[in-house]
Amino acid sequence: MTHRKMPGAALGAAPAAATTDAIPPEEDLSLQVTRRPRPGRWLAVLAAALFAVWLAYTVIVNPNLHWDIVAKYQFDGVILKGLGVTIQLTLVSMALGIVIGVLVAVMQLSDSPVLRLTAGAYTWFFRGTPLLVQLIFWFNLALLFPVISIGVPFDGPKLISWQSNQVITGFVAALLGLSINEGAYMAEIVRAGIQSVDPGQREAGASIGMSNRQILSRIILPQAMRVIIPPFGNQFISMLKTTSLVSVIAGADLMTVSQHLYLANFEVVALLLVASLWYLVLTTIASIGQHAVERRYSPGAAPPLRRRVLANLVPGRARKEATA
Amino acid sequence: MNDVILRARGVRKRFGATEVLKGIDLDVRSGEVLCVIGPSGSGKSTLLRCFNHLEQIDAGRVWMDGELIGYEQHGPSGHVLRERRPRDIRRQRERIGMVFQRFHLFPHRTAVQNVMEGPVAVKGLSRVQAEKQARELLDHVGLADRADHYPGQLSGGQQQRVAIARALAMEPALMLFDEPTSALDPELVGEVLGVMRDLARSGMTMVVVTHEMGFAREVADRVLFMDQGAVVEAGTPELLFTDPRHERTRAFLSTVL
Repeated sequence: MTHRKMPGAALGAAPAAATTDAIPPEEDLSLQVTRRPRPGRWLAVLAAALFAVWLAYTVIVNPNLHWDIVAKYQFDGVILKGLGVTIQLTLVSMALGIVIGVLVAVMQLSDSPVLRLTAGAYTWFFRGTPLLVQLIFWFNLALLFPVISIGVPFDGPKLISWQSNQVITGFVAALLGLSINEGAYMAEIVRAGIQSVDPGQREAGASIGMSNRQILSRIILPQAMRVIIPPFGNQFISMLKTTSLVSVIAGADLMTVSQHLYLANFEVVALLLVASLWYLVLTTIASIGQHAVERRYSPGAAPPLRRRVLANLVPGRARKEATA
Repeated sequence: MNDVILRARGVRKRFGATEVLKGIDLDVRSGEVLCVIGPSGSGKSTLLRCFNHLEQIDAGRVWMDGELIGYEQHGPSGHVLRERRPRDIRRQRERIGMVFQRFHLFPHRTAVQNVMEGPVAVKGLSRVQAEKQARELLDHVGLADRADHYPGQLSGGQQQRVAIARALAMEPALMLFDEPTSALDPELVGEVLGVMRDLARSGMTMVVVTHEMGFAREVADRVLFMDQGAVVEAGTPELLFTDPRHERTRAFLSTVL
């Protein structure tokens, strides 16, 4: 590796010499390693670059793509409001999805066959049916249950009840659909994470008298994070875009508002581009976050040095540790 | 001799079709070091794990200080054993420290955090108190300068010494060692045995499953030889190592000594 960078070693000189297996004089052995020339690769690079430039050119100068419209709507209030809803939907449904996922994963790993079966049925159903179908179903919940109430089940007395049509707005239906669906996927991710942790860890925790809940939260889950984080990042990025599905139930998200706009002004491509640019911004930010978090939890990660550095920098803390 | 702290009678355990413990009787006295030796697969480790209820037993009884471990007796003559409430099992485990063959340190915690974990999470000690105690314990096992290292940054011998400190942090009345040096490189065995020797001298009651015959001979008050899920014979190290009564003991010793 270092040889290649060696100053003074003329890179161009080597290929010119005739190929030989003869052993050069000893002092020359350390001199240089050059790359074998690969003309095919250069051709491929050139072709790819040309194609990319041509594609970009045809799109950019296309008179049917109204860049002025794109510019006009990119920061439009309606669009920004939709963007806010998209972010809100993603964050809340991912958060709920994690809660459901951890719960269902723990049920799946329980000793009780009833709990295992219940959890299995949940993931089976919600991973097995299209999200689009689930969203439309939640939106039309009133058709199945016109009244939602809290009270004694099986036609017992009710404490409170609501009209389903009033409770289940587009946003609520979207949240229900997205988080319950996400929970099923998260359950599988969390389960795989928990199972990746050495069973000896559980026994070590048990041997010092920790409860199952303590073992899970203090020992198992922190270690499972390494396995959970990468697919979780993918789920998050995927969710940013999946929220666009709620446009079919008037979810008021970025896609819904873009659709409403182009149905009125017929600028379909321009508004799709406006929405796409925002989705790209969101997923790019999420990817950067994903990389940062992954590095933090990767197997070979350096221990959290930052904390020790902080302890040395903050005088109060250092003093406290010194007296301890 | 002192009082019996741990008593086992007729302990049986099967995994599927194979019976790994075929009715074990055993007494451990307070302050005693009992070494359990025997070929692999003889049930030594399983027996140890029955003592702190990491394994459920199929028959028999284990008492610690007169209290049945892991189970409570039901029925008119106390014939029915029912598993205790989790809270009671945890209370019993607090008094029994365990050191594992493969250490099982918590990799996401530093050495000192590993040792603090039990006192903080289980005993409810303040972090300041627990850390003070943990650093003292690490000093005892010769690792004061490694306290802030993660397990991945420690050698096997150092990890096992942290594991011993972690078990001791719960101030147990009995320590179980499950082949504590079997996963170590040969040159690291000595430092772990040294810590165990000091612990024995300090009067700790210990049950040690081991292949280290030298350690058993030097430190044990009694040695117990197990084979095929049963206790073949037990006695002082001098007696068992120099004049074993059973052919199976003799055959085993001739392969390891």
